[in-house]
Formats: sequence, structure tokens, C-alpha cells
Amino acid sequence: MPMEEKVRSFLKSSFGDAIIREDNFREQQSFYIKPDALAPICEELLHDGELDVRFLSDITALDWLGHEEENNGRFEVIYNLYSLSHRYRFFLKVHLPANNPEIASLTHLWQGANWLEREVYDMMGIRFEGHPDLTKILTPDELEGYPLRKDFPLTYEVPQFSWNKDQPPEVIK
Amino acid sequence: MPEERTVTLNMGPQHPATHGVLRVVLELEGETVVKARPVIGYLHTGIEKTMESKLYYKALPATDRMDYLAPMSNNLGYCLAVEKLMDIEVPEKVQWARACLAELTRVNSHLVWLGTHALDLGAMSMLLYTFRERELILDVYEACGGQRMMTSYIRIGGLAHDLPKDFDKKVRKIVKVVRERLHDYEALLTDNEIFINRTKGVAVISAEEAINYSLSGPMLRGSGVKHDMRKANPYSGYENFDFEIPVGKNGDAYDRYLLRLEEIRQSLRIAEQALDGMPEGPYRAHVPGVVLPPKEDVLYKMESLIFHFKIITEGFEAPFGAVYQAIEGPKGELGFYISSDGSNKPHRVRVRPPAFVNLAALPLLVEGSLFSDVICAIGSIDIVLGEVDR
Repeated sequence: MPMEEKVRSFLKSSFGDAIIREDNFREQQSFYIKPDALAPICEELLHDGELDVRFLSDITALDWLGHEEENNGRFEVIYNLYSLSHRYRFFLKVHLPANNPEIASLTHLWQGANWLEREVYDMMGIRFEGHPDLTKILTPDELEGYPLRKDFPLTYEVPQFSWNKDQPPEVIK
Repeated sequence: MPEERTVTLNMGPQHPATHGVLRVVLELEGETVVKARPVIGYLHTGIEKTMESKLYYKALPATDRMDYLAPMSNNLGYCLAVEKLMDIEVPEKVQWARACLAELTRVNSHLVWLGTHALDLGAMSMLLYTFRERELILDVYEACGGQRMMTSYIRIGGLAHDLPKDFDKKVRKIVKVVRERLHDYEALLTDNEIFINRTKGVAVISAEEAINYSLSGPMLRGSGVKHDMRKANPYSGYENFDFEIPVGKNGDAYDRYLLRLEEIRQSLRIAEQALDGMPEGPYRAHVPGVVLPPKEDVLYKMESLIFHFKIITEGFEAPFGAVYQAIEGPKGELGFYISSDGSNKPHRVRVRPPAFVNLAALPLLVEGSLFSDVICAIGSIDIVLGEVDR
């Protein structure tokens, strides 16, 4: 059985209710799942000897503000999983609401999730419940807001001198 | 008053051995590190946000500026991801040329790593030697793209120009010279007692931990996990080349040193094979409206001129969807996740930075070891802060 089928049947049999839909754009398998089911699914995947999904490659997030995709939930968190022995990659995707986006942390399963989740928090403002140290990682402490959200403006700041120190940064459209 | 047992020491962000602007807050008990906390972000320039506001073509130069020691690898990863999104097949010659350049880039990156790592550990002369060899590679970059570091030579659907006339000769010279000089490096370091004492058994990570920390590249292979994107999920014609994946045994800094030297050798092998079998053909795919037509055509053909103008001014519209393309960069799995909302600009470009993920394991590598080993651990991870912070 090809790996694609194996992953599908594994998820369908154990977590059939949690799967919203499957997407196969450009031969990349991704599953949209319910947020509550994420941690149990990952735990099962990690300990399943046959699928051998032990490598969490990446965590990232998208902001669908102003797009029709927003109806499913404004934020989309993407978990990029990889099986080293089968050389197979697939994605778990979760939609989160605009107000107080929060999802369970995976740090208890993968240590590698620590910084990846911190970056998503810093850039998108998604909170990871159960994270040991959910603090800013890339942006300065005094920066307010989450830079990769679509409502955060892209600005250009002119180097400041005494003659232009009160000038506000220019917004790039 | 309770007795203070530990001292907090702030290392960086301007420490020369942190390879840029990394700050590590160390808690020391005597000379032993109790706790280490890397603090990053001093070089954060918002590259991902910048790329969102640019057309697919114009976002490319931003990729050079992340890992500035491996510009061609970054270009390659981004272009492959966009090509996957647009479903473009590039000509065979382009694939081989890209593979050759990506391997030269790996040699370039590893040479800089070797020089600076040895410098950190007190072997100053290595830096002078490796930078001498790197110069030859930068010359090839200059001949290809006109620039020595920020090349942007690999473009969506092909290359910026055809390969230069003396490309073959220049690369063969590099292969010959670097291969010979590798013996010199080994003579200087491999059996050097000081170097061995500083690196053997230092910054050890087991295979289990390496996988759990999502490490990739030499950090993962140094612990004995045989995983390389070039073999696991070949891209850009890597299935045509004959090469080995070296792995380490002990997962310490010394094994990673041996492994990177071997990787340079394998990269030279691939570059040589790519030169031997370089197919003839166009240097850009023919996809009107998406890939820029060759410059020669733009000067003489009406349609090419129109397409050129249209692509530069309004770009092309990508289908709705998201793709991920990972390549084996010099530092590990370099991935580009591009999400498209159907417009002519990427909705989101996410870079999976290998150095960022690898650096997260620093506390594990140094806690419990001596303070002087922190320098060795940072060096052996091989970070470039431009990529860590983006």
C-alpha cells in the first residue's frame, strides 16, 4: 500500500470525526483537522511504528484576513510532518478563529516545536497552550502587534536625525 | 543571606565567536554551564513580510540575503517552490547547471564554516587558506550572475543568463584545487592534538534527540541518521548523480567536522559529474506569460517584448493553493512554503530555516559542559544569523 493510502486510512480509522477534508494540491497530501484533535493525532502518529512519523519539519501559520477562506477561521496553522524511513511528507492544517486563536502545544512530543511555536506566536499571535516559555523570539520586546498578520502595515522608517525625529514611518502599499 | 552559587554571564551579541549577532545568556557554576539561553532576533529584517508585498519575480533577491554564504541554494529552493506552484518543467540543462552551482555553494559554505570554526578553536591559519579557495568560487559566481555574493542567478523557470563561456574550465579548476587542498586541511586539523581535545566528545547529541529536536543537515547526519534530501526526495536532477551520504558515529563536534570535509569531497564529485554530462539546450523554460523570454528574443521579437513587459509590470497569477519544497542546503533542510491566494503576489512565503531550528538545540549541547565548549558548540552547529533571524 502506498504511503499516501496508509496515512489516509490511519487517520480515517482512528480519527474519522476530526478530519474536515483532504487536499491534494500538486501531489502534496494535507488534512484539515479540528483543533482539538491535533495533539492526540500527533501523539498517535509519533508512536505508530509502521508510519514512523518522527520528524516534525516545520510549524507555520497563515492569515486569511479579507479572503473567502476566512469563513473557515481567520488563521491557518500548518504542521509539516515527515517520515524519515518512508521519505514521505504530509501536512496537518488547522483553522483557528480571529478572536483569541489558541491551540495545544506540541512541545511535550517534539522539543523542536519549542522555537517553531514561539516564532508563530511572535509573528502571528497564535497562543500555544502548554508551551513552557511562550515569549517573543525575533521581534524586539517593545514592538506591539504581530508583524505577519495582514493588518500589520509594511512600513519604511527613514533613519532618524534631529530634524525628522517626529516624522512617522511611511506605509508601503 | 543565601549563598550565591551561580554567575550569569552574557555572551554576545557582539562576541566574535558567535558568528554574527547571537547572544547567549549563560548561567555558570564555576566553569560549568548550568543553563544556556540563546537570544536571537538582532538581525530580524522581516524578509518573509517583504516577500509578501512583491511579485513572484521580485521576491527572489530577498532570498539571497538570508543565508548570505549560500545564495544559490536559497535561490534554488525558492525557484523550485514557485515552479512547483506554477507547474513548470525546466529544461534538463538548467537542472544540471543548478545542481552544479548548488554543490559549489555547499563547498563555499563549508569552507567558510571550516575556517571560522578552526579560528574559534585557535587554529588561525585555516581561515586564510579556506578563504583563498572560496575566492575561486566567488569568481564563478561573478562570472555567472555579475555579483560575488547576492547572485540571484537562478531564476523562476531557468537561469538569469546562459552559463558563461569559461564555466567548465573554471569549475574544473576549483574541483582540482579544492580536492588537493583538502589534504592540507586534514594535515593541519584531523590529527592535531589541540583540535581533537577541543572537539572530541564535545557538544554531543544522540540520534534520538537529534530527530526530536527536528535537526537536519550535518547536525542530524553527524549523529548517524542517514538522511539527505538529495537522496530522499531528489529534486533538480539529483537522481542522475552518483554520490555518497557520509554519516558520523558519535554525534560530537569532531564527527561533524569529518563529515563536512567528506561532504565537500562529495559535492566536488557531483559538480564534476554535472560538468561531464551537461546537456545542450535552452537556459530557460518556454512558458509564455510566466517565465521571462530570453533577452536575445526580447530585442528582436514582438511577442517576447510584450510578455517581458507584462511579466515585469504585473507578474503572473498563481493558482490558489500552497506548496512546500525542501532542498538540502549546506546547513540542512531548507524549505519554502508558498501559499497563494490566486493573485500575482505570494500570500505568504514561509522559509524553513535550517540554522534556526538547529540553533534551538544549543542548550542541550552545552548544558553540563565547560564554558569554553560553548564556543565549539556554536561553531559546530554552523549558523548564519541572517538566516536565523531573517
